[in-house]
Amino acid sequence: MQALYAQLLVGLINGSFYALLSLGLAVIFGMLNIINFAHGALYMMGAFCAYFLLNVAGIGYWPALIVAPIVVGIFGMILERTMLKWLSGLDHLYGLLLTFGLALIIQGVFQNYFGSSGLPYAIPDQLKGGMNLGFMFLPIYRGWVVIFSLVVCLLTWYLIERTRLGAYLRAATENPTLVRAFGINVPRMITLTYGLGVGLAALAGVLSAPINQVRPLMGADLIIVVFAVVVIGGMGSIMGSIITGFALGVIEGLTKYFYPEASNTVVFVLMVLVLLVKPSGLTGRAT
Amino acid sequence: MKTRIAASLLLGTALSLAATSFALAQDKIVKIGALSDQSGLYADLGGPGSTLAAQMAVEDSGLTAKGWKIDIISGDHQNKPDIGVNIARQWFDVDKVDIIVDVPNSGVALAVNNVVKEKNGVYINSGAATSDLTNAQCSPNTVHWTYDTYMLAHGTGQALVKSGGDTWFFLTADYAFGAALERDTTAVVTANGGKVLGGVKHPLNTADFSSFLLQAQASKAKVIGLANAGGDTTNSIKQAAEFGIVKGGQKLAALLLFITDVKAIGLETAQGLNFTETFYWDRNDESRAFAKRFSARMKNGAEPTMVHAGVYSGVIHYLKALEALGGNPHDGVKVVEKMKSIPTDDPLFGKGEIEPNGRKIHPAYLFEVKKPSESKGPWDFYKLVAEVPADQAFTPLSESKCALLKK
Repeated sequence: MQALYAQLLVGLINGSFYALLSLGLAVIFGMLNIINFAHGALYMMGAFCAYFLLNVAGIGYWPALIVAPIVVGIFGMILERTMLKWLSGLDHLYGLLLTFGLALIIQGVFQNYFGSSGLPYAIPDQLKGGMNLGFMFLPIYRGWVVIFSLVVCLLTWYLIERTRLGAYLRAATENPTLVRAFGINVPRMITLTYGLGVGLAALAGVLSAPINQVRPLMGADLIIVVFAVVVIGGMGSIMGSIITGFALGVIEGLTKYFYPEASNTVVFVLMVLVLLVKPSGLTGRAT
Repeated sequence: MKTRIAASLLLGTALSLAATSFALAQDKIVKIGALSDQSGLYADLGGPGSTLAAQMAVEDSGLTAKGWKIDIISGDHQNKPDIGVNIARQWFDVDKVDIIVDVPNSGVALAVNNVVKEKNGVYINSGAATSDLTNAQCSPNTVHWTYDTYMLAHGTGQALVKSGGDTWFFLTADYAFGAALERDTTAVVTANGGKVLGGVKHPLNTADFSSFLLQAQASKAKVIGLANAGGDTTNSIKQAAEFGIVKGGQKLAALLLFITDVKAIGLETAQGLNFTETFYWDRNDESRAFAKRFSARMKNGAEPTMVHAGVYSGVIHYLKALEALGGNPHDGVKVVEKMKSIPTDDPLFGKGEIEPNGRKIHPAYLFEVKKPSESKGPWDFYKLVAEVPADQAFTPLSESKCALLKK
């Protein structure tokens, strides 16, 4: 029984990453109607950004939590302005192909210079060590990841669903022409939204740097699972993607305990089941 | 009409026979295929570095100056046996490749082993670990060069059991390699009076090991044997440190660790780990000279792993055998026989030989990862603990299950 608690907690930790990443995807899909396949590559860039900040500029973990998402977010906004912008109104497939191609290029460039095994990034001193919870030894850093990402997820949800800015955003997706008529700069808002989604991915990257290796394919391996999470939760639903992210992390954790061989596939099996029963996802609206 | 078809069929057969006999004629054209994981979790220990090592071997052999035409092509098997087999088939059928080198990932390596045998090519495997290549699945076309699971188990496994680590729990990569390594290590542990308490099989290329590590922790085993490689091993070691496993008194046995893994983990976390390798770039003057030339040509400036060294040394010996034959007979069995008949001697592995089952033997070294304070350079990682002589490092011929030995 104790082991089970431990696995639940570990699942929650992985769920934090799924939630942060799928949230970014949901925001981008909801507002821009783009299936952002470059999300994994941008997550990886966040981790690399933290690595460079530390090893080149001597800037540590805490500032990196803010700086890296901004830097990568700006990179994302440049992508949006120069490329993605031209795809608005076209079929989803175009955006998917473009972002997938971008992901391959970005990952290829990093792999060329840094190889595939990646680089080490140490856990910040304040969060080193762990505490004994009785049923398990919890590394403090992992506890921090769960709490921090939960807070970020809820803030993002609040921003989009409960503030005036969020209302503009949602209105702009429904009817951009009308919102423009009210004097709101819709293209700029869309660029900023993409920047926000990308920033969330980069933030997840920084959070994961001390746990996983900082390596060029860290995002490629994760993004497929995250897409499954988004499909299960329902495309475009903010709260849905947060809850599904955490829930699937837990389910995966339990699988690792009861039948480890299937831990890589359980998410996809669930995806198939959900698609059979409710094709628009658990919280998605049918379109 | 029928006779015309029969006639043209006959003609076709005759032509293809002529083509085959032409291809079997001895010439001085060689094509080497470096098949590896070019972008995944094993790309740093093999990958582009292996192609470079083969290239350097061709240059150093001096055969091109003597009128030989030697080409190298490379392929990415993506750690999938079906892709590896397809590439190998295409190489033999279309590209007229004579020899396939490297091939990390035991699953792919065993699949390619069959293709090479069927096509009568030459196979010098450096990257894969499974000892089956020179046991149950041995082939007259195959030489297993650098290391294998028997060697790893007897090097690292034995040393740990003898120093008191008599209860084990395995984290095993769930495919041919992990199974072979766990099997060979279990044999060593039990033979030395130890006990295996349990284990967990994880999928290849796993990012998060915390669930598995918690199970290992709960087992209370003195040693946690990592029967995995590359990115899986680095992740296991890093996360084990995070979960306080080593501090809690359990020991990690990195059964297979490459220098690129140590680089990736960082000395702070990796220090003190014991493991076995057959090559270290900083071991002697010859290896240092090779490493200097090698890293200068690597895009990320990496030093060679033992897999890279094995590809280099294997290709050198292959070309030596071809030169002794006076040309390339394009007959895999014949070339491998020649390779077995001449002793090996190269700057990286020293003197050695290839046993009748295809096992190349040379000494193995038990290393320990240095403390950060002991390391003097960016790749100064190992200190030598013990040397296992060549005749003890690998499966004794009397224990080998290879069918080639029963004559």
